[in-house]
Amino acid sequence: MKSRDVVTALREFLSERAILHAEEDTRPYECDGLTAYRQLPMVVALPETVEQVQRILRTCSALKVPVVPRGAGTGLSGGALPPGDGVLLSMAKFMRVLRIDPLARVAVVQPGVRNAVVSELAAPHGLYYAPDPSSQIACTIGGNVSENSGGVHCLKYGLTLHNVLGMRGFTIDGEPIELGGEAPDAPGYDLLALAIGSEGMLMVVTEVTLKLLPKPQCARVIMASFDDVEKAGAAVADVIAAGIVPAGLEMMDRPATHAVEQFVHAGYDLQAAAILLCESDGTPEEVDDEIARMKAVLERAGATRMTVSRDDAERLRFWSGRKAAFPAVGRISPDYYCMDGTIPRKRLGEVLTFIAAMEKKYGLRCPNVFHAGDGNLHPLILFDANDPGQLHRTEQFAAEVLEKCIEVGGTITGEHGVGVEKINQMCVQFGAPELALFRAVKDAFDPHGLLNPGKAVPTLARCSEYGGMRVHGGKLPHAELPRF
Amino acid sequence: MIESLQERIRQAASRRTALRLRGGGSKDFYGNALRGEVLDTRGYAGIVDYEPTELVVTVKCGTPLRELETALAANNQVLPFEPPHFGAGATIGGCVAAGLSGPRRANAGALRDFVLGVKLIDGRGQALSFGGQVMKNVAGYDVSRLIAGSLGTLGLIAEVSLKLAPTPPEEITLQLEAPQARALELMNRWAGQPLPVSATVWHGDELMVRLSGAEPAVRAAAAAIGGETIDNAYWGGVREHSDGFFAGDEPLWRLALPSTSPPLELEGRQLIEWNGGLRWLKSRMPASAVREAVRRVKGHATLFRAADKSAGCFAPPEPVLERLQRQLKSAFDPAGILNPGRLLAER
Repeated sequence: MKSRDVVTALREFLSERAILHAEEDTRPYECDGLTAYRQLPMVVALPETVEQVQRILRTCSALKVPVVPRGAGTGLSGGALPPGDGVLLSMAKFMRVLRIDPLARVAVVQPGVRNAVVSELAAPHGLYYAPDPSSQIACTIGGNVSENSGGVHCLKYGLTLHNVLGMRGFTIDGEPIELGGEAPDAPGYDLLALAIGSEGMLMVVTEVTLKLLPKPQCARVIMASFDDVEKAGAAVADVIAAGIVPAGLEMMDRPATHAVEQFVHAGYDLQAAAILLCESDGTPEEVDDEIARMKAVLERAGATRMTVSRDDAERLRFWSGRKAAFPAVGRISPDYYCMDGTIPRKRLGEVLTFIAAMEKKYGLRCPNVFHAGDGNLHPLILFDANDPGQLHRTEQFAAEVLEKCIEVGGTITGEHGVGVEKINQMCVQFGAPELALFRAVKDAFDPHGLLNPGKAVPTLARCSEYGGMRVHGGKLPHAELPRF
Repeated sequence: MIESLQERIRQAASRRTALRLRGGGSKDFYGNALRGEVLDTRGYAGIVDYEPTELVVTVKCGTPLRELETALAANNQVLPFEPPHFGAGATIGGCVAAGLSGPRRANAGALRDFVLGVKLIDGRGQALSFGGQVMKNVAGYDVSRLIAGSLGTLGLIAEVSLKLAPTPPEEITLQLEAPQARALELMNRWAGQPLPVSATVWHGDELMVRLSGAEPAVRAAAAAIGGETIDNAYWGGVREHSDGFFAGDEPLWRLALPSTSPPLELEGRQLIEWNGGLRWLKSRMPASAVREAVRRVKGHATLFRAADKSAGCFAPPEPVLERLQRQLKSAFDPAGILNPGRLLAER
């Protein structure tokens, strides 16, 4: 299909400025937050109405042209990498908050609404939207539901999945579908759970119903220093063992605090091998009680220094360093590569030791920030992309770490998605039968494979090439054996 | 042992014999009519892995739910969704397959929210592994949560990993007088305030509220809400349907609707849970009339317990959703042998 034919078909219902196809116009869309992968889209479509989205999908489906949906393009796994032979469907103009119902505690929003806007608009009602990915000032709700985004408060408040009640949208054929809703437990299979985190491969979302929670009356955070990373890891387990589910529980190692401190001056203890940020929220009585209990646990676990935030300004300052960790690292290194593996917390020491060994093996530095409460690691490999040798070593470094995460019983991605970035590691995490079933799920929604093709689920041929799985003629050896 | 379950399913698939997956049989009443040879899962039982500090348990399907809850209680932990047992023999496999949550659901989340991973035997007899034992995992489609509530029609849940929560240190139940409309407003208002409400019921002009959490928070909230303190054992009767409301041989309907929907004027008796989002109806009204009334407020009606289920247990899905669901069913179970018709009517 030629670009000209697609543009002609789209012009029947889209204005001239809603269709971009000249290189200088499509260039800004060539990548998302994972800038190592770039591809110029054949055409960019910028619809403004739900009907236009439907017609774009019908048109592309009829012409058998691939479609890749895009929100703010802040994704870190290349999920919105454009199709060179298809349409990049930008949902950026869908920025309306359609309804906030304080009594029912729901917000109905269009997918291009930014994450942070929802909490801002809910605040006058004493409500907020819980998932808070670090990119929340820029990332959109549509992107959040595609990736099942997390944040720093997931242990207590869940992921996007736990905070979305319903979605409307279209299949690739432009058929309208409505999943979930304000009524709980929709009948039949839980297609809402299946669609959330499906990386834009099953449907295009045009409206999302979000759950709003009462804003806790107060929150305080303990900043605790440890002289040993493993001791800090053990302290996390001790907090949980004491029956406490902290609102946030984050760890940063010394290289990370050093990178951040010179950038945001959060007041981190630069002598510490690792610091923990341990937050409690609720009523003032509840928070006093929980902070006292957490302090006692951290003390016994060997904390060398502890500071409790005195007011909200100080609390936000402690968090500012954590939330700015990625940009801060961006200032000390020409490039960085962020990993997203999740591991059982008890294997933390082993994985950190492994990462330290990889730093030596590849000659690259790797500070760590870590959603400690839910076992989600974000090691950041520092490199210089202008040195092709370094990029290659970085990719190998990252691949080894992700495979280590799988080996200890974890996963290659906790919240950033597979996208194009981790597609090879999918061959290691899953066997051929599971991958075949993923493809069957995809086929049920999109039989011609037009929606965000080539992302998230690898083909067996690709796995065979990667060598992560020994596939011959589409069959695993001893396919009859149980695979767990 | 898992191999023998796989073998049984493989043989049934090759002979195209329907199988009826069954644990303790405590939820045989739920869903459309049962059909097929019984495949008893109770021989595949036991806790595989339980690390209290990870807040995760992995358990084999045939494990009695009671046994699991006892093991968790010994470590001051609970299944946060408070699943109903509906009988002494309930197993964890049946619990996840049914996907039913108890009184805590509106505040803590639904069963599916706590499913982290499954090992599934699909309709070909293949053992498949999805999700895992970690809190955050977005690799591949979220098949483990699709399986929750699928009533055994997509595969046999051989093992499941679940997220846990600490047992609340303090819990009290309050009872207030309130007519239905007032009760609905109060329940929804409370849910929008930072109060440790963990369950609500309205029935017969009485409003019951359970508060769970840290002792100071529970005490402060109890003072704010007021009313009489009653025994926490009340919630057992709601969870297990042993409360007097559920007695009698009229059909029992489970109406799920937006929590702020006004009182539904329907024949029969009602008991409201989940801040208004779940309304139990004991009524002899025609199925079509119940479904239509609930559909009008954007809800859906399930014929939960009834001698005659010819009207279908579940509200019929929209055509596009029905097509997608049938395609998923054939992807997991191409021969259509697993609990045929129990969720989606056979054609």
